[in-house]
Amino acid sequence: MMEGDSTDTFTGNRGLRLEEPLIFEQDAPGRSGVDLPEPLPVQSRLGGLDREGAIGLPGLSEPQVVRHYTRLSQKNYAIDAGFYPLGSCTMKHNPRLNEKMARLPGFSDLHPLQPEATVQGALRLIDTLAHWIKTLTGMPAVAMSPAAGAHGELCGLMTARAALEARGDARKRVLVPDSAHGTNPATAAICGYEVEAIPLTSRGRVDLSALKAALNDDVAAFMLTNPNTCGLFEDEILEQAHAVHDAGGFFYCDGANFNAIVGRVRPGDLGIDCMHLNLHKTFSTPHGGGGPGSGPVVLSEALVDYAPLPWVVHGDEGFRLVEHEGDAAGAAPYGRMKAFHGQMGMFVRALAYMMSHGSDGLRQASSDAVLNANYLLASLSKELSLAYDGPCMHEVLFDDGFLKGTDVTTLDFAKAMIDEGFHPMTMYFPLVVHGALLMEPTETESRESLDQFVETILHLAKRARAGDAQAFHDAPVHTPRRRLDETAAARRPILRWRPDPVQGEAAE
Amino acid sequence: MRYLPLTDADRHDMLGVIGAPSVDSLFSDVPDSVHLSEPVDLPAHQGELEVERALTAMAAENISAGSVPFFLGAGAYRHHVPASVDHLIQRGEFLTSYTPYQPEVSQGTLQYLFEFQTQVALITGMDVANASMYDGATSCAEAALMARRVTRRADVVLSGGLHPHYTETTETLLKFLDSTIDVLPPDVEGEEDIAAHIADGTACVIVQYPDMFGRVRDLQPIADACHEAGALLVVVMNEVVALGALRSPGDMGADIVAAEGRSIGNPLNFGGPYVGLFATREKFVRQMPGRLAGETLDVDGKRGWVLTLSTREQHIRREKATSNICTNSGLCALAFTIHLSLLGEDGFRRLAAINHAKTVQLADRFAAAGIEVVNDTFFNELTLRLAEPAEPVVDRLAKDGILAGVPVSRLRPGDAALANLLLVAVTETVTDNDMDRLCAALKEAA
Amino acid sequence: MSDLKFSKEHEWVRLEGDIATVGISHFAQEQLGDVVFVELPDVGKQVVKDGDAAVVESVKAASEVYAPVSGEIVEVNGELEDDPELVNKSPTGEGWFMKIRLSDASELDGMMDEAAYNDFAASQG
Repeated sequence: MMEGDSTDTFTGNRGLRLEEPLIFEQDAPGRSGVDLPEPLPVQSRLGGLDREGAIGLPGLSEPQVVRHYTRLSQKNYAIDAGFYPLGSCTMKHNPRLNEKMARLPGFSDLHPLQPEATVQGALRLIDTLAHWIKTLTGMPAVAMSPAAGAHGELCGLMTARAALEARGDARKRVLVPDSAHGTNPATAAICGYEVEAIPLTSRGRVDLSALKAALNDDVAAFMLTNPNTCGLFEDEILEQAHAVHDAGGFFYCDGANFNAIVGRVRPGDLGIDCMHLNLHKTFSTPHGGGGPGSGPVVLSEALVDYAPLPWVVHGDEGFRLVEHEGDAAGAAPYGRMKAFHGQMGMFVRALAYMMSHGSDGLRQASSDAVLNANYLLASLSKELSLAYDGPCMHEVLFDDGFLKGTDVTTLDFAKAMIDEGFHPMTMYFPLVVHGALLMEPTETESRESLDQFVETILHLAKRARAGDAQAFHDAPVHTPRRRLDETAAARRPILRWRPDPVQGEAAE
Repeated sequence: MRYLPLTDADRHDMLGVIGAPSVDSLFSDVPDSVHLSEPVDLPAHQGELEVERALTAMAAENISAGSVPFFLGAGAYRHHVPASVDHLIQRGEFLTSYTPYQPEVSQGTLQYLFEFQTQVALITGMDVANASMYDGATSCAEAALMARRVTRRADVVLSGGLHPHYTETTETLLKFLDSTIDVLPPDVEGEEDIAAHIADGTACVIVQYPDMFGRVRDLQPIADACHEAGALLVVVMNEVVALGALRSPGDMGADIVAAEGRSIGNPLNFGGPYVGLFATREKFVRQMPGRLAGETLDVDGKRGWVLTLSTREQHIRREKATSNICTNSGLCALAFTIHLSLLGEDGFRRLAAINHAKTVQLADRFAAAGIEVVNDTFFNELTLRLAEPAEPVVDRLAKDGILAGVPVSRLRPGDAALANLLLVAVTETVTDNDMDRLCAALKEAA
Repeated sequence: MSDLKFSKEHEWVRLEGDIATVGISHFAQEQLGDVVFVELPDVGKQVVKDGDAAVVESVKAASEVYAPVSGEIVEVNGELEDDPELVNKSPTGEGWFMKIRLSDASELDGMMDEAAYNDFAASQG
C-alpha cells in the first residue's frame, strides 16, 4: 500500500490538513452559537401539539462552528483553487461582483409577495435579464422560473406538449441522440413520452437519415444538445430543424453547451423552438457544490402562449407579474414550475456578469473558450486518442484507446490527475465512446494554466504506457481521503448519523 | 477584459500551435447563414463601478423587508441569520466547488451534506433525508410522484390548506401522467374532512402543517386513515422553524415530509434560490429522488463520505430514473446546516418559542382592537378577516411604510369568500413598535 | 452445470418439472461489477418472455433482467435483500433471482446450452 507520506502524527492531522469529526460528535447540552432573548411567557396556542422530548441537535459555540466548516472547506477542490476541465459543466471563474450585487438588501431582503409597487426594481432586473437572454438567443420569449437545467428541460418539453394538445395533436414519442445527457430521457418520461434513441454518424453528429426515418406524426419533439455532448457543432442542424418541423414536431435544444456560441450563433436562427440555459454554467453563477442553479427557457413564437406562470410584463404603470391564468391575456400557460417567481439570486448574478462582459466581451469569451479547447485538442491528440476529428467547439472528447494494454482505466487516469492537483475531466460520458474523457477548459483559464495541464496529461499518458499501472491503481495518495468504498456505501447505506455504537462498523 | 486571461499574443501563438489561420476558422462547422459577424445589439463591456451603479439603482427602487415593519409569510418567513453563515458559505472552496462526484477532493461537501441529511431527519422526525431539492413546492410535487411509485397507484388528494403555489406545482408535474388530482376547497375554517376523500386509487394525501391559514392540526388521524387504505401521507411544511416548537410530522405517522427549508440560513431573495427538504422512512429510501451522501471507509480504513444510491438518478437510470433532478440547492443547504449548527438544540427551540410568543402577543392585540383572527391555533402565522378586501388595504399600508402581510387573494384571486382575508406572519425580527404600528393601521381599516 | 439453458441477455434457466429457476450468468455479474441491490418482482406477477422482470444494480449501473420464459412468478430469492453479493459469489447457485411456473415449455427450445453460451459470451467480451 502506497502512502503519500509515511510520517504518522499523534492527532492524525498532517500540517494544514486537519481531521474534523461530525458536529453531532461535538455536542455539549445547553451550548449554543446564538444568543437569543428569553421569550415572553404566553399561553401556548399550538393546539396541544407542543413538541415533547429532545430533537437531538448538537450544541456548539460560534468559534467551534466556524472552525468546523472552515476545516470542511479545506477538504474541497474549487475553481478558486484550480482547474476543472469538466466537459459540459463550464467551470469558469465565478466573479465576486456577482456575489456583492446579489447581497444588496434591495434584492436579497425582498419577499416575493410584496405589493408590486414596492419591488419595481426587482421586476425591472428580471425584465432586463430576459431582454439580454432573448437578444443573445434571438428568441421572442423566455420562461424565467425553472430552477435548474433539468427543470428547464421539463419546462421546454411540457410547453411543447401543451402546444400539441392545444392543436388536438397529442403525440407519444420523443427522439433523443444516443449521446444525450441522462436528464433528457428522464425528463421525457416525466412528460409521459416514450423515448427513442437516434444513432450518431462516424463524425460524431446525429445521423440525419436515421433522424428522418424515425420522424413521423407520432413524434412530439426531437431533443438535441448543440454544440453536442461530443463537443462538436451539429453542422446539419438546419436540415434537422426542417425535418422535425415538416413532421409537425418541436425542436428542443439542451443549452448546456451554449458557452461555445454566445454572441456568435443564435438558437433562434437555427430553427429551435425551446432551449434551456444554465445560468450556473454559461453565465458564471457559482456551482456551490451542487447548486443552486437557474434554467430559464427561451421559446419560439409557436410556443410562447403556453409558457408557464409567472412572467413579468411592462405596462403603463410599471412592471407587473402575471401569476394567474385569468390574468394571462389570452395565453394558455400549462401551469407553474415552482413556488414564487424563479431564482432571483441567480438572476442578479447572471446580469452582473452579462453587463460586465457586454456584447463584445461575451463574444470574446466564446471565442476564447473554443480557442482553448482546440489548443488542448492540438496539444494532446498526439498522445491521447481523439474520438472525432477537429475542430471542436468549447470541449474536446478523447476515448481510452490510448490506454489499451496498460491496465490503466479512464478512472485510474483521473485519480492520478487528482494527485497532480487537477480535478479530473468528465469521465465515461458521453456513452457513445469507450471510457470517455471530455475536457472543457473555458475561457477563464490562462495559457500558463493550460500548458501546465497539457504537460501533466502527456506525462501521465507516457507513464501509463510505460507500464506503471500500480501507481495509477493506488491513486490518489495525497488527498484527505483516498479511494472510498462505494460498493459498501450502496449495499448497506448509512445516510445519517445516529447515536449508535454500531454506526461506524457497517462498511467493510 | 478582467475575466479573460488570454492576451492577443497568447491567442496568436495558440492559433499557431493549432494550425488554424483565425478563431473564426475554428467555427467552420457553423453554417455561414447563421454565423453572426458582429456582436449582438446589447451594451458593450463595463467595469465594476458602472455595473454596480446600474444594479444598485435597480435595488434602490425596492422597499427591503428590513427597512419597514414587515409581516409577510405565506410560504416565506423572514428570520435573522447570524453573520458567520454568509461568511462561511462564501469561502471559495464551498462557493466555487462542483458536485462531489470525485469524493477524494470533495469530503467537505459530502460531510456537510451528511450533516444536513441528519439534521433534516432529526427535526422532521423521519428516518432519512436527501441532499436537498429546488424548493418546498417541487419537493411536494416529487413526493406525489414517489407515492405513486411506492403504492403503484395513480391518484393524489390535496388539502385545502396547502399553499396554492404548491398545489399548482404538483398539478403541473403530474399533468401528463395518468393521475386524478382531487383538490379540496380552501380550508379557511379548518373543518375539512380529508380522510373522506381517500379512495382505492389514492397514492397519497398531501396536507400542510401548519396549513396556509396558519392552523395547526393533529395529523395522526389522517395518517391512520391513509395507512388503513394503503395510501401514503405526505406532510408539507412552509415554515420549518415551527419544528422547534411543534410535534414532528414523523411523530404523527407521516410517510414523506416535503418542506421549504429556506427559513433557516437563507435570505428571502424575492422567491429564489430556496431549498427543498425531502425526508422519508427507511423502507422507501430507494424510491427517493435527489442525491444522497452516504458514509463509508477509504482504502486506509478512514471514515469518509460518497454520493450513493446513484443508480436511482438520471445519469444512470435515464428514462427510468426516480426524478430528472441533477443540480439541486447545495449552497443553500450548507447555509441551512451552518445556521442550525449555530442554533443547536436550545437555540432552535428558543427561536421557535420567541416566534410563537410574539405571534400570541399580536393575536391578543388584534383581539383587543376588534380585529378578527380566524385561526384558533397557530405557530407564527395568523389569518385576519378584515371588513373590506385586503389587497387595497395592504397597498395603502405599503404607501405608509408598512408591509402588512399577504392578502389571500394574491394567491387565490377571484374568490369573494377569500377577498377579505389577510395572512400575517410574526417572527423574531418583529418589534413591539412594529406591532403597534400594524395594529393601529389595521384598526383604521377594520 | 450442464442442465442450464442461457438466453442472449445473459440469463440462465434451470428447469425442475414446470418450475424454472432464473438468474444471471457468471459473465453478466463480472461485467456488472459489485452488485449492490436487486429489485425483484412480486410473487404472483405474470411475466412474458423477453419482458422486464427484475433490475440488478451495481454502483455505477442498473441493468434490466428480462424473463427468459413466460409464466407466473412463484418465488423470489429473499436472501438477495441482505446479501446482494451472492449474485457475484454464486451467480448460478445461491445468487438465483426468481422461480417461474412455465406457461409454455417450448420457449426453452430456442435457448443456448452452456457450451454454446460460453462461446457467445466470449464473442461479446
